[in-house]
Amino acid sequence: MSTEPVNEKLIAVQVNGESQEAVVESRRLLVHFIRDDCLLTGTHVGCDTGNCGACTVLVDGKAVKSCMMLAIQAEGTAIETVESLGGSDGELEALQQAFSDKHALQCGYCTPGMLMSAKHLLERNPNPTEAEVRKAIQGNICRCTGYVNIVDAILEAAEGSGS
Amino acid sequence: MSTTATEKVTLERGRYQGESVPRKEDRRLLEGQGSFVDDIRRHAMGYVHFVRSPYAHASILSIDVGPALELEGVFGTLTGGEVAIATDPFFQIASPPGAHVKDYALAVGKVRYAGEPVVAVVAATRELARDAADVVEVDYEPLPVLVDARAARNDDAPVLHDDAGGNLSWEGVYEWGDLDQAFAEADRVVKIDELHFDRFNSTPLECDGALVEYDRGTEQWTIHSNNQFPGFAAIMMGPAMRVGLDRLRFVSQDIGGGFGNKITSHPQLVALCLLARKLKRPVQWTEWRTDFHQSMSHGNERWFHDVEVAVKADGTLLGFRCKALDDAGAFLRYEPLGGVIWAQVTPGLYRWQHVKVEFTQVMTNKAPVSPNRGYSRMQHLWLTERIIDIVASQLELDPVEIRKLNYIKTDEMPYTTPNGCVYDSGDYGRCLDIALELVGADTVDARRRDAEARGKLLGLGIGSTLDSGTNNFAQSRFINPELQFSGNNEVATVKLDIFGEVVVTLGTTPQGQGHETTAAQVVADTIGCTHEMVTVRAGHDSYWNSHAGFSGTYASQFAVTGLSAVKGAADQLADQMRRLAAVVLGTTPDGIVLAGGMATRADNPDAALPFMALGAIINANNAGLPPETEDITLNARYVYRPPFDVPDIEKKYGNLTLTYSTQIHACVVEIDRETGEVEIVDYAAVDDCGTRIHPQIVEGQVHGATAHAIGAALWETFHYDDDGQLLTANFYDYHVPHALDMPPIKTGSIESPSPFTPLGTKGMGEGGGGGIHCVCSAIQDALAGAGGAVVTDSHNPAERVWKMLQDPEASRAVVHVAST
Repeated sequence: MSTEPVNEKLIAVQVNGESQEAVVESRRLLVHFIRDDCLLTGTHVGCDTGNCGACTVLVDGKAVKSCMMLAIQAEGTAIETVESLGGSDGELEALQQAFSDKHALQCGYCTPGMLMSAKHLLERNPNPTEAEVRKAIQGNICRCTGYVNIVDAILEAAEGSGS
Repeated sequence: MSTTATEKVTLERGRYQGESVPRKEDRRLLEGQGSFVDDIRRHAMGYVHFVRSPYAHASILSIDVGPALELEGVFGTLTGGEVAIATDPFFQIASPPGAHVKDYALAVGKVRYAGEPVVAVVAATRELARDAADVVEVDYEPLPVLVDARAARNDDAPVLHDDAGGNLSWEGVYEWGDLDQAFAEADRVVKIDELHFDRFNSTPLECDGALVEYDRGTEQWTIHSNNQFPGFAAIMMGPAMRVGLDRLRFVSQDIGGGFGNKITSHPQLVALCLLARKLKRPVQWTEWRTDFHQSMSHGNERWFHDVEVAVKADGTLLGFRCKALDDAGAFLRYEPLGGVIWAQVTPGLYRWQHVKVEFTQVMTNKAPVSPNRGYSRMQHLWLTERIIDIVASQLELDPVEIRKLNYIKTDEMPYTTPNGCVYDSGDYGRCLDIALELVGADTVDARRRDAEARGKLLGLGIGSTLDSGTNNFAQSRFINPELQFSGNNEVATVKLDIFGEVVVTLGTTPQGQGHETTAAQVVADTIGCTHEMVTVRAGHDSYWNSHAGFSGTYASQFAVTGLSAVKGAADQLADQMRRLAAVVLGTTPDGIVLAGGMATRADNPDAALPFMALGAIINANNAGLPPETEDITLNARYVYRPPFDVPDIEKKYGNLTLTYSTQIHACVVEIDRETGEVEIVDYAAVDDCGTRIHPQIVEGQVHGATAHAIGAALWETFHYDDDGQLLTANFYDYHVPHALDMPPIKTGSIESPSPFTPLGTKGMGEGGGGGIHCVCSAIQDALAGAGGAVVTDSHNPAERVWKMLQDPEASRAVVHVAST
């Protein structure tokens, strides 16, 4: 085995159902790979420390803060970003629609991460309590809404799913 | 879950105004298709990283950028030395001595706060720019550090700006009424030795950033940024860069929160402009979170000393006097305007007739302060609310009754305050009643007993605030009589195009306030179509000619300045549409009804033109039109100018803002006797911002302002150690409320339309820090049964509350009552 450090690496991932291959610097964060290499700028950066959750995506179905993962660690995974949301008819999906109906977004900067955390919750737990919703988005900071309408929207989306 | 209590709709509106229609902004933001500043890219652009000072105060002995330039992929650097040659210092708002402060885009000669930008490095990737910044060598000679504003004017205090001859930036005395008379009439004088309003800010989730391009042919810069007050940035940058304002094109679309914190990014924008010209390539900068915390727009920290309150035995408040000491940090980027902005709400909500404030602002080795949601009024309103609760506790009066006794009454409005501000409308007592009802104030005694049984102390608190909006910029002359600012303005355009498109542009730079939506509501009601038919261009571009000197989104004013401009332009367009339809349909303009996207003869519904026809006639089929139509363009531009006079500068007397929204917050807290931990168990915010165009957006602003205030009251602080190092420079250490931290918030509202604005609206959104005041109030109430500590700080984390429980005498010792 060579002990030479590897400065870059070819990775292959599925992003929103499409195959992406790129040579990335070993130190490149997954969020920068998504934003700068895949040109999917819906995923945002709000802090340097993994606190804010604006960069939340799903990696193999699990909610991950993409600033806390190296791009090369995503090799072989399937990634879903906010751009994957939405019905095939071009309409907003229920969760997005609930966010709009309940005014759960103002500036919209935290919204993509918030949606992905909520999606992850509802996939695991289609009928969450308010406390469970708050816990699920505890890692996502919103500075505009005080979370009131976000919690309402996620609960409404859960109710609307009929499960 | 929120609970909403809403009373009476007081004004007839159109079909859409007053309805919470779906927001136009939402779709793109929900699909990840917003356009924020870091999303913008240009071919061959370079990434900028700033080398920042590790010291709070130090001389710069030498800078060597050589090691950075040797790295492959580094495009270039910029130092303070270059900046000092290429630009002049930024214009200072202050009169002397603050006027003598020299402030540049990068540190020149010395650094004055930890995190101050010293060198800018540009490279092919953001990672490389950061690496290169690390190898820039700067030699510093550390200097003594000034952290505590109270020591700033001591003889042995380190001096930040030798040019200013000391650390004073501005001082002035505000005095209205007759203080001697007030104190002679008083039955009691309550004295408070010292109060402290803490340093924090709203920390928008998106940090600052910009992409700047320089066109060498036209010598013009295009500045894609998230600056929220381009009008202000332009007048700071143009003279410093020695260019006219038309050379600076400001563009923004979606902005990830602002809260005032994105007003003063002009130093960084100048550095980027110089780099784009020097390196002949677009340059891009996105601020890191730690950089934001260390260097950008802290809220004004303020001390109040020697507060004396003249009170009658029944609790009637006659007047107060105090010394206010404001800590501006290291530079005056928007300051010392904080030294006057508070005066918009001089008596708070109360009938005080005699007020004296000796205001002093000093500079310290901390990040520069700049506007932050509730800017400067919040600090002063916290003082007035602390006074009320401290007076109430000392005189054993009911905090509710003393407020109601002294509130300005509805039938006194419009009410002229002792300093000449005109409170336009409101019903403070009614708002308080609703808030108390929402938190179940009538059951507090029983809940207090229940809490005690669980080892908890329970308290009820109130925060009564005003959100003054639509500045009269003439108030800046109280600070510096030489300034040539007054009034205010905002711009909108509305046009009807060939295929019937109704297109609106705004001069504002929204950060989530839903301007596209509310503007469309106003236009739809004015010209007679659906709000869906109205397109409001997203974002701001100064090339659209839809901006004025004060354009931007700040200081609680869009519902007045922005929507009045929209209304004015839509009225003009409607008038032109009627005149054109009258010519075509053979009647008079008064005989045309605009409704349902049609211009129809009132006396003959069959004689009608769709908007598309009107647009096509003027824009593409205009031969043979009669001469009386020659001024019809169906493209209207309107500048709204609020009705202001220049105040009496000498007496500091006059109306400083056009509207005064009301917020009454109430909460119930429980304090753990063992730990001092404060839990908010009930919370209500009642808001009155006049006529509401979109109630859901208004309520959203109330929620957000409440969260900021609760965060500031309990968790958020920019805490410096004695060396001037910020100990809360990221979201680990600077704890903003997360979802589990926030209590349920109940909201209520009434509408007291402003008599002074075209739509009856008032500016809102900042709130007045009601959450800070009512949490402080509730903590003091809870502690009444455990030693009676007095809350003297705006920020009360568990350890401070624990100390108050252990040693209540310490805080009580700052309060004295004298009978006269």
